[in-house]
Amino acid sequence: MSTADLVASAVVKRFADHTAVDALSFSVERGSFFSILGPSGCGKTTLLRMIAGFLAPDGGDIAIGGSSMAGIPPNRRPVNMVFQQLALFPMMNVGENVAYGLARRGINRAERMRRSAKMLERVGLSGAALKRVDELSGGQRQRVAIARSLVLEPTLLLLDEPLGALDLKLREHMKIELKQLQAAFGTTFVYITHDQSEALVLSDHVGVMNQGRFEQLGTPQDLYYRPQTPFVASFVGANNRIVGRCMSRDAQIAAITTADGWTIHALLHGPVGVGDPVEAFVRPEIATLARTAAELPAAQPHYSGEVQSVLFDGANSAVLVQETTTRREFRIALPQTGRFADLKPHDAIVFSFDPARAACYPARAGTAGQDA
Amino acid sequence: MRDGAAAARWQARLTLGLLLAPALLWLGALIILPHADLAVLSFRERIAPRHYVPSLSQYKTFFLEPLYWHVFVHTAVMSVIATFMTLLLAFPVAWVIAKLARGRAGSLLFIVCLIPFWVSETVRTLGWMILLRESGVLPALLVKLHVTAEPVEFLYHDATIFVGLVYTSMLFMLVPLVSSLESLDNSLIEAAYDLGAGGLAILRTIVIPHAAPGITAGCIVVFMLTLGNYLTPTLLGGKDSQWFTEQIYAQFITRFNWEQGAAFGFLLLGLSSALVVVGLRLSGQRFGDVMRRT
Repeated sequence: MSTADLVASAVVKRFADHTAVDALSFSVERGSFFSILGPSGCGKTTLLRMIAGFLAPDGGDIAIGGSSMAGIPPNRRPVNMVFQQLALFPMMNVGENVAYGLARRGINRAERMRRSAKMLERVGLSGAALKRVDELSGGQRQRVAIARSLVLEPTLLLLDEPLGALDLKLREHMKIELKQLQAAFGTTFVYITHDQSEALVLSDHVGVMNQGRFEQLGTPQDLYYRPQTPFVASFVGANNRIVGRCMSRDAQIAAITTADGWTIHALLHGPVGVGDPVEAFVRPEIATLARTAAELPAAQPHYSGEVQSVLFDGANSAVLVQETTTRREFRIALPQTGRFADLKPHDAIVFSFDPARAACYPARAGTAGQDA
Repeated sequence: MRDGAAAARWQARLTLGLLLAPALLWLGALIILPHADLAVLSFRERIAPRHYVPSLSQYKTFFLEPLYWHVFVHTAVMSVIATFMTLLLAFPVAWVIAKLARGRAGSLLFIVCLIPFWVSETVRTLGWMILLRESGVLPALLVKLHVTAEPVEFLYHDATIFVGLVYTSMLFMLVPLVSSLESLDNSLIEAAYDLGAGGLAILRTIVIPHAAPGITAGCIVVFMLTLGNYLTPTLLGGKDSQWFTEQIYAQFITRFNWEQGAAFGFLLLGLSSALVVVGLRLSGQRFGDVMRRT
């Protein structure tokens, strides 16, 4: 593990009434973009603050660049952080903001200003050094915050949902910019977010966090195509969730029947016996939509339904279908061919999906019988 | 349409005028009128009973008679020192109230600082006299603890005046400091810490620049209150405490020389305003900013 810039071993943090981070272990390779993805309250901010040094873990150890960080305060760690609200210093101009960390290291003024100007140039803000912070746009402030950290050449750059405060269009733009910046600088980034799209687009590896633990740690492709737990399946990407009981199994494919009597087939993950409650997930884009059964793949089970509503959203368009026997809602992605451009509510359609690409897990405690 | 708009504007002006009326009356009757009268008084000289001529001689006396401007310089220097002592003492207290105490504890601490002000200034100052006079509590305690053989007189020193002045001024420094520190975003402090700053560097580069308007406002208020204080220097410092307000009192009441007293009053106002302007220049603050941000 000599190339790991961040190694967490069995890190624990407890607050009065709950365990925020529960014996978490992971490592982040040098130069990679690692994201921690989870809903609010999952402990990701606590974890980040422990890495930065603002909180001390109650157990376990965090090593950065190969040495343990136990007892080392934030101002002596080779780590810098981009704060959620950016926290640029309003009492200083842009150049002084970027030079702040260099000044704390006792680097003389001329050298500071030279390095700060060079860094501003690298993030595309050359000539902005004398501007006031509040004269910059949201995206420019973002870049100043990153420049202010990167000018110190940290081993690790931590980013605490830095895109959360931006509007949608700028957020999409900054996503691409962040990825390019990371590639250009080669610094190890640890990024926390609750936005799965940010995590999938930006990261080399993602840890999906829930209740203080990682549900799954893998590449964005792993998380999307091979979710290991029902939490990951429902949190990452859109999914149709179907709750029922496993009625029979044939090798790894289970037949699942819901309480209202709909039977589907899905690939089993985890130990499931016949009669056990299960949760199955079918992605909208693996289902095939057709007007007649003859157009569907013959090897797959067929279902029929009626169009409830068409959700047109350009490349992400989908259709909500009501399955005929149970009136259950099922989301199917519309193909980009425009073949279904004339689809209207109440049209009768048929659909099918490959059971091997649908996933089925033992039902989580407390969720059996509830559909989402 | 146009008539309606004009009527509405006239009504808005009337409302504003009525709302401002009490303040304007107060300002006119109790501040501007007496000062105008005093200004007239200060610019005349009595040459015979009931016979006055316009003259600058009252102001000349101040600059030609060393006692008067010595007393003024003494008062100003003591006030500046007392202001700095108040700032040094109030800053940590304000920090605790604004940043460390959570919720109820913060307001409780604030109330603790406020409670002494429910008692009149005279009673508070007399309280200090009871503690500090030769036959008082502190000298007796020191004798009992064998620190001193004889009871020591703590009253009538410059140091005693400082104690009284700082104690009286604390709250007026605390209020602007707490409000300016409360508005400091904690993430700025964390960001500075993260970028390698230690405690002192954070104080110097982040906290003080942010709180500068509050610090300046507190200092102006405390300096003016201290300079114009009469009771504390007189009671704790005695008759020889050389406070400028005592000179004004003496001219008005003891010597019955109202012309001289009025001139001293204006000199105090003018010179202290000049000192405030110098202070603002030195700290690089603008008066408007200071008053707006606190």
